[in-house]
Amino acid sequence: MLAKRIITCLDVDRGRVVKGYKFFDHVDAGDPVELAKRYNEEGADELVFLDITASHEGRDIMLEVASRTAEEVFIPFTVGGGIRTVDDFRAVLKTGADKVGVTSAAIKRPEVLTEAAERFGSQCVVLSMDVKRVADAPPDKPRWECYIHGGRIPTGVDALEWAVKGESLGAGEILLNSIDADGTREGYDLELVRTIADAVRIPVIASGGAGSPEHIYQALTEGRAEAALIASVAHFGDGVIADIKRYCAERGVPIRPVGM
Amino acid sequence: MIAIIDYGMGNLRSVEKALERVGGRPRIITGPEEASGAEALVLPGVGAFGQAMDRLQEAGMDALVKSWIAEDRPFLGICLGLQLLFSESEEFGPVKGLGIVPGRVVRFSGPAYEPHDGDPGLKVPHMGWNQIKVVRPHPVTEGLPEGAMTYFVHSFYVAPEESEWTAVTSDHGVEFTAAVARGNMFASQFHPEKSGEVGLTMLANFVKLVEERSGR
Repeated sequence: MLAKRIITCLDVDRGRVVKGYKFFDHVDAGDPVELAKRYNEEGADELVFLDITASHEGRDIMLEVASRTAEEVFIPFTVGGGIRTVDDFRAVLKTGADKVGVTSAAIKRPEVLTEAAERFGSQCVVLSMDVKRVADAPPDKPRWECYIHGGRIPTGVDALEWAVKGESLGAGEILLNSIDADGTREGYDLELVRTIADAVRIPVIASGGAGSPEHIYQALTEGRAEAALIASVAHFGDGVIADIKRYCAERGVPIRPVGM
Repeated sequence: MIAIIDYGMGNLRSVEKALERVGGRPRIITGPEEASGAEALVLPGVGAFGQAMDRLQEAGMDALVKSWIAEDRPFLGICLGLQLLFSESEEFGPVKGLGIVPGRVVRFSGPAYEPHDGDPGLKVPHMGWNQIKVVRPHPVTEGLPEGAMTYFVHSFYVAPEESEWTAVTSDHGVEFTAAVARGNMFASQFHPEKSGEVGLTMLANFVKLVEERSGR
């Protein structure tokens, strides 16, 4: 039986990890590759690098980070942030990365999903969505809107419609980030996760709001997500991935045990 | 030297780096003449079966793979590199394969993969970590922990006619062959180069097999 996945995310700015990963005090906590190695050892099933640098030099540095990661870490990893064209996909995949995440460019030009899927296969096309609950939607008919440019600009695009369309255009997976829940550590927006997961046949990765192993368990069961993303592992404390996996496994969720 | 066949089907960098990590000396080759001096051959690959067969033939690598395995020289197939060894695939086909292992490559299909009664059904492609079971021990599977998991990405799986070929199985709605083996040949559906410690253990075993056979 396919295991549900625990994915750790690293925000990278000009080749350095941002956000405080303080508990890794005996490694170079700012080096994404060192941190990736550490997460791998701790039992992460997959890694996501999100390049938040808004410049061309930033892109080259990110590719260099991905390339070094492929030399050191032998689990699947995704690179996202600033991806616009099929050439960007090619450059990322050439480093040894397995998947490419695309957010804003896919909203602006949805064909990029199809072009990338036809060229490299759907399995490497991750549609990343930053969404926010529509405030005036009736409680029994909740809606979410897609945002672009790091969650700054609303698009008027309905999240459910976009997820379904994204799948039909060639996306192989959806990385679903709730702007409302992000950083709260109060749990994923389970209603959102469930709504999208039930509407598509491709895997949905829940993102935003994780604060305890229970939250991850909820996303993988009630939310029907195939994977849960943890952005700020540091907030949890040492050995957190093992704790999360134990918590989920004890409650019957299929999980890859740490070290297997 | 371990020759990794590059025939334009996907990125080989991860395979190369993983073999280096476990002490192997990989080199990527694009033609059969570059295989001289190689002690082992690796056939990786992701993508469509038919296109892969065409490219393998264009590169003149099909004959190399056939004679290599016929001579029982160390061989490692990965993903599409497993499927291509079979007689034929139903992917956009039937399309003929290398015909080294009698059997077919078939798609995960049936009611289990369709949505029913509010259950979304099993997903295809089968993508992610799944448990493997060693049913016929081979040097490459030595030392794996009970319940080991490996990383898969595929929509089609191999069905050998003779069960003696099957070395490893996994389960995704159906128990399927996750690896075949015979002599010094081992070929897996999963990606050892992306399967963490378990995958590296298998690659290290393969490198050891190559070295022992070369008398080093």
